[in-house]
Amino acid sequence: MTIRLENVTKTFNQGLHNEFSAVKNVSLEIQPDRITCLTGPSGSGKTTLLSMTGCLARPTSGRIYLHDRLISNLPEHFLTEIRRRTFGFVFQRFNLIHDMTVLENVLLPAYPLGLPYRKLVDMGQHQLAALGLADKRHEKSQHLSGGEAQRVAICRALINDPEILIADEPTANLDSKLSLAFLEIIHTLNAAGKTILLTSHDPLIYQSPVIDTVIKLHDGEIDAA
Amino acid sequence: MLLNPTVLALILVSLSVSGMLLLASVFAVRILRHWDIKSGSELQISLERRTYLISTILAWVFMAELIALLLFVYNAEALSSQFTGAMCATGVLNINGYGWPTLFLKIALFFLGAIWLILNHIDRKGYDYPLVRIKYALLLLIAPLVWAEALLQLLYFLNMDPDVITSCCGSLFSADAEGVAAEISSFTPRTAMLLLVGSGAAVMISGVAYARRQVGGLLFTVISLIAFVSALIATVSFIALYIYEHPHHHCPFCILKAGHDFRGYLLYIPLFAATALALGSGLMSRFRHIPSLSAAIEAETPTMTWMALLGYLIFYLIAAWSVLGSNLILGENWW
Amino acid sequence: MVLLQRQRYLIDYTLSALYRHKGKNLGLLLVYTLIVFLLASVMLFTQSLRQEAARTLQNAPEIIVQRMVAGRHALIPADYLEKMGRLRGVSERHGRLWGYFYDPVVKANYTLMAADHKQLGERDIAIGAGVARARGLEIGDRLSLRSSRGEPTSFRIREILHPDTELLSADLILLPSATFRSFFGIANNLFTDLALTVRNPAETRKIAEKLTLRLPDTRPILREEILRTYDAIFNWRQGIVFVLLSSALMAFVIFAWDKASGLSAEEKREIGILKAIGWDSNDILAMKLWEGAVVSVTAFLLGYLLAYLHVFHASAELFSSVLKGWATLYPQFKPIPAIDGLQIATLFFFTVFPYTVATIIPVWRAAVSDPDTVMR
Repeated sequence: MTIRLENVTKTFNQGLHNEFSAVKNVSLEIQPDRITCLTGPSGSGKTTLLSMTGCLARPTSGRIYLHDRLISNLPEHFLTEIRRRTFGFVFQRFNLIHDMTVLENVLLPAYPLGLPYRKLVDMGQHQLAALGLADKRHEKSQHLSGGEAQRVAICRALINDPEILIADEPTANLDSKLSLAFLEIIHTLNAAGKTILLTSHDPLIYQSPVIDTVIKLHDGEIDAA
Repeated sequence: MLLNPTVLALILVSLSVSGMLLLASVFAVRILRHWDIKSGSELQISLERRTYLISTILAWVFMAELIALLLFVYNAEALSSQFTGAMCATGVLNINGYGWPTLFLKIALFFLGAIWLILNHIDRKGYDYPLVRIKYALLLLIAPLVWAEALLQLLYFLNMDPDVITSCCGSLFSADAEGVAAEISSFTPRTAMLLLVGSGAAVMISGVAYARRQVGGLLFTVISLIAFVSALIATVSFIALYIYEHPHHHCPFCILKAGHDFRGYLLYIPLFAATALALGSGLMSRFRHIPSLSAAIEAETPTMTWMALLGYLIFYLIAAWSVLGSNLILGENWW
Repeated sequence: MVLLQRQRYLIDYTLSALYRHKGKNLGLLLVYTLIVFLLASVMLFTQSLRQEAARTLQNAPEIIVQRMVAGRHALIPADYLEKMGRLRGVSERHGRLWGYFYDPVVKANYTLMAADHKQLGERDIAIGAGVARARGLEIGDRLSLRSSRGEPTSFRIREILHPDTELLSADLILLPSATFRSFFGIANNLFTDLALTVRNPAETRKIAEKLTLRLPDTRPILREEILRTYDAIFNWRQGIVFVLLSSALMAFVIFAWDKASGLSAEEKREIGILKAIGWDSNDILAMKLWEGAVVSVTAFLLGYLLAYLHVFHASAELFSSVLKGWATLYPQFKPIPAIDGLQIATLFFFTVFPYTVATIIPVWRAAVSDPDTVMR
């Protein structure tokens, strides 16, 4: 599962006085079965690049290939179809929905796929058990600790068994102990065959031996250094 | 007359729908000018998002128009007690020159709307939305018809004068009267029956061929239109007679009344649905050559065609049952 | 199957979202229900009035012949019954005696009518429930009215007319024809009008035509025309109330638009999350449309139910006066329940349709929002 970006640019506010390009002419390849980390100061375009790689946004120009299939000019509907089955997302602030239980949160990405209910619940419980959260499944999400919330977010990202896990600043709100725990988890997932792509400006993460490839970004371009 | 709540509701709906179509038309022009699926520009993304809005609006508009069509006929029925000479919806529609054109336009819009929705449905299966330009060009053709219908309907209601004596269906649908209605009922039962059977056989055969072999889509479309018209002629010419058990009662609306077990709905709903599906399914064959749609069209065409044929079959069965199960026997000279 | 399952999950999510944001949605539901309630009440009440009028007029004579002098209604000679000659289809003909009486005590008009079939004594009367209520009368009491010669005449109440006929009999006073004639000073050879019973309703027009030829100084009034007039009046009154309520409807539409546009930060965040984790704009749109549908159906059913109870169990207290007509003597009557599909469809177009139109654009805007904000 290679993701290949060719001369990708993302421009906002096109034609207006405050037009700017968050990503400029970036070309790179994400290797399968590896853990890749994008790093750089804030405003360097990491999140924008991540969202385009993960089919969350379309580039203004340039091409993105997934499995040698051109996906960058697909309409939203088709892009989402691919995204659902290929990518799992973990966000900076975990973004769980309050007043919903842990299990309900985990199952959300699978709703549009219309699988039978029993199967869906089994999948969710299996994921939670794998990360030691089986007994928390009926807890309301706002009552979880930071580490628990992160693990639930990871379960949610994995519910559709995607090949690629994408995480945007996953440890920004965690202490170093939990950050290391996170690295453990992704290492295990990678060993099980998943490709991991994450962004982080935390040296604890991008300097960790767990990370296979580090790509530095600066001002929307890849830092040659 | 204007202050009848149902009339007010129908006018409200027409005006709202006209407004929504104006919005949609403005957008359609933008699409036709700027659409470029290969571009990733903000304009293109915003256009794509707009298409969701327009699709939703139009789906809602056409559904509302369908219910309004039924309401229009039903209301004409209910108003018949207000007009001298009118004993059912026919008389009320005849009260001024705008009634029948409004009804015909509403029916035409039903079919156009169905075609648009089917085109939209299939277009969304193509990863490059290949039918966008066609869809929105069609929309620009439909919009003026919607506005015309709203205007005609308004004129119809505004010019309703309860002091004018109107003709009831008995005089309107008799062979020696003038006008479309009379033309239809002047078909002898024999001619109408032959036409019905002939067109019925043709539509079934062409439909099965199309569903199984994917050939003759356009032919199927044309034949289904003929079958539709034949079915309406047949209803007025002889099916109605058997349902009413009266050799002179040709009215197409009285069969919708409770007194006849709402038989009209059992006839019209399958007929209209079948024709709409047949039109859509047949037209889809024109786009089979488009790479992004060919798989979807191949998968969906048979289903739609079979459903259309089922609808026609139901119509023919109910018609046959009405004729055979009736107490009326039309003697020799009727044929 | 997948489609159905997907809708099921969407509805599930919608219901839980509605519950989570119940504060906001409760207000909308209340207003929506109120609108449905108001419109449904008016429609249900008018419908039952129309049916009531038709029912009570069932026993009225098919044709009434009135004499006109200089364009005004005058007393009709009894020999006109003979003069009208043979009329095929008329099974029964007789003269009627009736008139109005203004009672200054309660400032009300009574309708006095000769009713010999009641077999009342010379000074006995039967009165309608409205009269009884206005003057506080019971059976056995006395009512004093001034005759045409200025003499107070004392009548004894023998009977109070059945409440089932109140709509037409509320202000009625029945008395023997001889008493009627002496009270109003009407000669024996005159009647107020003539009543004809016609077996076949299809022939009434033809008979009316013949009457105008044979009795040129009369006008025939057909029962079907009376019914049509009542129908038109009730319809028209209903229309007026609807037009008056249109401002309320307008306010409701604007309110709905506002509510749909003003997503709270929490709601925006939720939608962003859903989009980011794999729901596309269509899924969000579908979810929001289900939300609208749930709210609409709930408001519609609740509003209609309340309207039904209001009209058929509380006699439509809120607007009965506007719809029934104005008079000092209001008939009290219990409307008979009547629902029909036309009514419900009309109600749907006045409530659910405007609500949906008002909310389509705000809902879409929410559905196509960028998940970007949630990423940062």
